[in-house]
Amino acid sequence: MGTAEGTATGARVSPRLGDNYLTHTRGFASWALTLDHKRIGVMYLVAILTAFLLGGVAALLVRTELIARGPTIMGADAYNKMFTLHGAAMVFLFIIPGIPAALGNFVLPLMLGAKDVAFPRLNLMSFWLWVVGALFAIGAVVAGGVDTGWTFYTPYSTTTNTNVIATTFGAFILGFSSIFTGMNFIVTIHKLRPVGMTWFKMPLFLWSLYGTAMIQVLATPVLAITLLLLIAERALKVGIFDPALGGDPVLYQHFFWFYSHPAVYIMILPAMGIISEVISVHARKHIFGYRFIALSSIAIAVLGFLVWGHHMFVSGQSGMANAIFSVLTFSVAIPSAIKVFNWLATLYKGDIRLSTAMIYGLMFLVTFGIGGLTGLHLGALAVDVHLHDTYFVVAHFHYVMFGGTVVALLAGLHHWWPKMFGVMFDERLGRIAAALIFVGFNTTFFTQFVMGSHGMPRRYYDYVPQFDLYHQISTIGSYVMAAGFFLIAYYLILSLVRGKRAPMNPWGGNSLEWHTPSPPPHDNFSETPVAEDPYDYGKLVYDPAKGGFASRSYEGAGAS
Amino acid sequence: MSHAEHPPYLQHHFETAEQQFDAGKLGIWLFLATEILLFGGLFCAYAIYRANHPEIFVYAHHYLDKTLGGTNTVILLCSSLTMAWAVRASQLGQRKLLVLLLVLTLLGGAGFMGIKYVEYQQKWKHGLLPGAHFAPHDEGIEAAAPEKPIAPLAGGGADRTTIPPSAEGPAGTVPPASADLSLREGPTRRPSNVQIFFSIYFLMTGLHGIHVLVGMIAIGWILVRSLRGHFGPDYFTPVDFVGLYWHLVDLIWIFLFPLLYLIG
Amino acid sequence: MSYGSLAGFWLPRQASTTAGSVDFVFNAVTWIGITFFVLITAMLAVFLWKYRARPGHAAQPSPDHNQRLEVTWTVIPVLIVVWIFWEGFEGFLDLATPPKNAYEVQVLGQKWKWLFTYPNGVVDENLHVPPGEPVRLVMTSQDVIHSLYVPEFRIKRDAVPGRYEKQWFQAPEAGEHQIFCAEYCGTSHSAMLAKVIVHRSRPEFERWLADAGNFIDKLPPEKLWEGGEKLYNQRGCKQCHSIDGTSGIGPTFKGIWGHAQPLRGGGSATVDENYVRESIVDPQAKIVAGYEPVMPTFQGRLKDKEITALIEYLKKLD
Repeated sequence: MGTAEGTATGARVSPRLGDNYLTHTRGFASWALTLDHKRIGVMYLVAILTAFLLGGVAALLVRTELIARGPTIMGADAYNKMFTLHGAAMVFLFIIPGIPAALGNFVLPLMLGAKDVAFPRLNLMSFWLWVVGALFAIGAVVAGGVDTGWTFYTPYSTTTNTNVIATTFGAFILGFSSIFTGMNFIVTIHKLRPVGMTWFKMPLFLWSLYGTAMIQVLATPVLAITLLLLIAERALKVGIFDPALGGDPVLYQHFFWFYSHPAVYIMILPAMGIISEVISVHARKHIFGYRFIALSSIAIAVLGFLVWGHHMFVSGQSGMANAIFSVLTFSVAIPSAIKVFNWLATLYKGDIRLSTAMIYGLMFLVTFGIGGLTGLHLGALAVDVHLHDTYFVVAHFHYVMFGGTVVALLAGLHHWWPKMFGVMFDERLGRIAAALIFVGFNTTFFTQFVMGSHGMPRRYYDYVPQFDLYHQISTIGSYVMAAGFFLIAYYLILSLVRGKRAPMNPWGGNSLEWHTPSPPPHDNFSETPVAEDPYDYGKLVYDPAKGGFASRSYEGAGAS
Repeated sequence: MSHAEHPPYLQHHFETAEQQFDAGKLGIWLFLATEILLFGGLFCAYAIYRANHPEIFVYAHHYLDKTLGGTNTVILLCSSLTMAWAVRASQLGQRKLLVLLLVLTLLGGAGFMGIKYVEYQQKWKHGLLPGAHFAPHDEGIEAAAPEKPIAPLAGGGADRTTIPPSAEGPAGTVPPASADLSLREGPTRRPSNVQIFFSIYFLMTGLHGIHVLVGMIAIGWILVRSLRGHFGPDYFTPVDFVGLYWHLVDLIWIFLFPLLYLIG
Repeated sequence: MSYGSLAGFWLPRQASTTAGSVDFVFNAVTWIGITFFVLITAMLAVFLWKYRARPGHAAQPSPDHNQRLEVTWTVIPVLIVVWIFWEGFEGFLDLATPPKNAYEVQVLGQKWKWLFTYPNGVVDENLHVPPGEPVRLVMTSQDVIHSLYVPEFRIKRDAVPGRYEKQWFQAPEAGEHQIFCAEYCGTSHSAMLAKVIVHRSRPEFERWLADAGNFIDKLPPEKLWEGGEKLYNQRGCKQCHSIDGTSGIGPTFKGIWGHAQPLRGGGSATVDENYVRESIVDPQAKIVAGYEPVMPTFQGRLKDKEITALIEYLKKLD
């Protein structure tokens, strides 16, 4: 490790970054058939960001339609297809695979000091299943769209004449992609930990990925069978969910949410893991309350399975069931609160650098905080009756999913970008983009809390005049947010072309991925590293010559 | 450790063959867990409909063939035995025995599918089909020896609930107390919504059948590999894993058989 | 439009007896949320300033865990959410338990309108209710799932095909309130609107109901068939008898006027005024061949003039 190379500062990136995983082999096949977790991670990153672009454009069209009452840029049916596209693309294609499959795939084996995940072929298959699933889903859109909403509620989904089968089949395949990623991660964490890394010495990102993987493995099969039943219902008219044939449409909702509620923890848990890493590293401070954060990830994963019924408080569940699901829902709030307090405490007496990654990390505390606290409104039965299926829910969901997961993804992307591609991005533009996104996001979605609590139902093409102002503000906010994202795309792509060469350890992290060159070599580590406390930064000192941090004990071992 | 010392089956990212085997074992168990949850959805659907409409299940199960179902149970159990034995044979390096046992297991699977085909064909012939396709007709249908006479099946297709809903709607509209069989149905009238039972029957046995086919393909694959002599006391991982999968498929049937065929 | 008034920053005005307790929980949770949020952001701001990276500054050692602190900030939120749960649950019990003497209205959701059926058989697309009395809605749907939502009453419940869902409210004062469909149901989901009209007094409501029931009296003779059409749609004829020639649970109405219908057990009957009248008040008297005797009698549920209107409508379908 002491022989790290290529840490000279100021040098423009030459066409060759030296021998690393990006340059190790060349050609399309060397990527498409790669078994290297880092390349698969990068391919996933490109894929999910493409899906994010697709879902984002759909969102902007939806918001533009809603800027004024009545038809603005599209008809009611087109609008219904558009919000379905937004939801399905964002949920199934982007946010579920997002952090685990892209960043997780890249970082997890590195953090473990391992050469790869346990099943590299399965990993590659998982990626290509994602592609096939995405093609089905996008094919359905090209062939005329789907108008059910991403939840595919019966009997609407069994009676509409849009392409439900192709879309749900796509989601079915994507489910298997997700299951395989989860299996891979669980086995890798169990079996490929290095000597000296006990469970409670793992970086917290790994704990969160472990919790995520448990949900992926245990909940996704239920989605698979649910979607199969839905397909059977449409194609063969088996009648399990069809009231006209003696079936029960609400049963579908139970099945669907048994997966889809844990699925929101698939989305948020790895985000929390990233925040633990980013806040600790950029505050140069040992994470506070390690065990509580680690165990709260597992608590969320377990409790997340028991709360699906809170999506059906007004669907005709018994009062007893409602009460039980309400209690359990509140119980999930506790581990999330514990995490937030611990992150705050980590900052205490730290040395806080407002790098772009850290700005997103701190933004998470604010936006996820609002998302979590408004969850309390929705967990309270009487209040949920009023707020159910209104924009209040839409806003809450986006504060958790965007203010939580997407913000954390951005934090992780900026945190690991130098490691992934060996280049530094423009921090100044990074901060400007973060500001745009913060302002745009809150403008878009805070207004939705207000109109929701005033009774604006969701999935509405048109609305009563009372809501004019809210919708206008919300739409303008979404444009600001979009500008932020285009700026991010600009400076990140620019960094690939002419970014400064990244040092081995630009932020001073101590988990193992920072102990190998940026970008890492094909085999990750030239020799198997020894794990130590990932949050002990005492030994790392900033070396202005390298533009990054180096370990004191390795000093003199001779860098390049 | 250089690559030269690695046995051919050891992948480069594992330190030892033991680590690789352990990883694979954990992986296959996780996979089996997902399979159980996949079927779990259908078992839940079964439980919910049976709890809400016990009369449908008690009535309709008489039209399944217990003899064929029972034979299939025995066949699958035997094939599970030969499979377990095959794993043992591969561990001991008994190549010929391994091949023989795998062939026997494969034959068991084929026998099961054959009988399943006969059963499906009978259902098709009699119009005992799921959901909207349910259109029973009398000729040749025999309910298998119920304790008391039961109502004839034929007469109309699937009951379609008219809107506004009839008294016998789906779950939730009928209080459980009114589902007292002896009082409400009597031997002369078949219960409403019998098609639900056949929907569940075909979905569960169909999904199980697909799993048997997949298992047979997997057994065929390790049969070819064992003919080529790939397995021995040092390396029998695939045989072990396919064996586990086959036992799971068997186990699911052990639950399906009484739940569908032997309702009392 | 009464709905347009802004009663507060967060919530619309309260127009039902249960709205107050819902709002209490909403406001309490909101204030708890604001307190925590301010606490978190204030600490964040203080830390950011005090421990900002700057030349000569470095992280100071401090313990990386503290059992007592951890337990404290676990237990306090637990107590708070237990209280919120309890308040929310109590409020929900109020919403879920209608008083025994409630006035009952049947609700049918369909793409894309609501139909409210009153005890006397009147069907209206708006919900008229007397003031100060509990009203119970018994709801179902004809096609997909809908959800009846009145923000100013703070009530919402799904209308699910094939089952009956119930909710109730009591509006103390006269006024109009917006009804939304809150469960996505397709093309015109956002146009599936209606009004709750709370009348000024019970007698006024009764007068409206009686008038609505006698709308047929106000029609001129040449328009009587239109009343028939409305009755056909509202009183359940169309569930079994089509007007496009397809055979339903009962025979179609299309093109039968003046023609002979074959009867069960032989013979036939010509469809004329007497036959139609008899079929409505005593449906089992003559059964058309190929159909089951399943029609209920409408004796006492349709007035003579209404039957006449239906006959006029049938003639139009020829």
